Amino acid sequence: MATEDAAHGEGGGLAIHPMDQFIVKPLFGDGPVMWYTPTNVTLWMAVAVVCTILLMVIGTRGRNVVPSRAQSMGELAYGFVYKMVEDVSGRDGVKYFPYIMTLFIFIVFANMLGLLPMAFTTTSHIAVTAVLAMLVFLTVTILGFVKNGAGFLSLFWVSSAPLALRPILAIIEIISYFVRPVSHSIRLAGNLMAGHAVIKVFAGFAGAMGLASFVPILAITAIYALEVLVAFIQAYVFTILTCVYLKDALHPHH
Amino acid sequence: MATEPIDIEAAGTCVDASGGAIGMPQLCFDWFPNQIFWLLVTLVVIYFVLTRVALPRIATVLAERQGTITNDIAAAEELKLKAEEAEKAYEKALADARSEAQKIIAEAKADMQGDLDAASAKADAEIAARVAESEKEIGKIRDSAMDSVQTVAKDIAGEIVEAMGGKADKAALDSAIDTRVKG
Repeated sequence: MATEDAAHGEGGGLAIHPMDQFIVKPLFGDGPVMWYTPTNVTLWMAVAVVCTILLMVIGTRGRNVVPSRAQSMGELAYGFVYKMVEDVSGRDGVKYFPYIMTLFIFIVFANMLGLLPMAFTTTSHIAVTAVLAMLVFLTVTILGFVKNGAGFLSLFWVSSAPLALRPILAIIEIISYFVRPVSHSIRLAGNLMAGHAVIKVFAGFAGAMGLASFVPILAITAIYALEVLVAFIQAYVFTILTCVYLKDALHPHH
Repeated sequence: MATEPIDIEAAGTCVDASGGAIGMPQLCFDWFPNQIFWLLVTLVVIYFVLTRVALPRIATVLAERQGTITNDIAAAEELKLKAEEAEKAYEKALADARSEAQKIIAEAKADMQGDLDAASAKADAEIAARVAESEKEIGKIRDSAMDSVQTVAKDIAGEIVEAMGGKADKAALDSAIDTRVKG
């Protein structure tokens, strides 16, 4: 895609490289990207950690009964995820709340920080979201077997369906169970990548259209607003799906 | 750029010689270990920041706030009861004061009535005494007037008798006049 754009760029004046924003670069020097190399991934994940500390630790340092603005936001995030875990996973899901809170906080900050101009969106990479999704998938599967033993398999045996249909449904259930981490991860990365790429494409138009460039600029503004929404909603969706999977692990019976 | 030979040694397999992306950077497996490593580091750091500091702190604050709210509501309830009691006491005091005032007014009225009665009785008695005195006075005046009439009558009768050439018998004249005047 980028190569085609580059090829167009040589001919016309239109040089759009919507995918270049996703390139992983070393922060220092030009060497190869080893597993330990500090890269822009490191930088923006570190910024997410700093933001987490600012909001959840520095913001709440007053421990006020009547909260400051930052504390109020921290409490809001806490209450939001806590209630989600409690409502979706049930009372016994609450003890996994810190893990789910970690996921939510990381994803929401990574998504929002990615919307800053020149920023790198760590959650637009399938490598990142796939690891998140696999963590959830493995944890939930292991937890299901530890908590329920073989009874966890009743998740795939739809006892409310007619007996003849149950084996077929079981196959469908098993397939959908293993597709979970795929959809879980691609949904998040795909949404973010698509939005950021579209913004870059419109930015490319704006660069080439001269006076008429206000049209793509307006479009970018509109899409940006949408992307802010998407950034939050995708974090929310990832978190609530995690809660749903957790519920299946804790209570596998339909 | 796509037409130029790609310098794989310098740029790796995911970036072309000019630094542009080849295909989707998301699918560049060269970068996966780096991303996964830093992601795990980040998650662990966030997890520890949250579980060691942030979440217990927020949970404490929320519990404390819940406690404060409950206490405040209870205190407000209590104050409301107190206010109602105070209102009742106030109403009672008002009613008491009103009845007290009525009593005082009635007492004052009775006192004044008594004083008035006493004063008017005294005045009546005084008037009666004055009347009696005046009557006595009048009686005296009348008596003295009668005496004067008799004296004058006796004198005139004597004079008349002498003027007609008679000799007045003083005693007979007096008795005759006395009987006439009294008659």
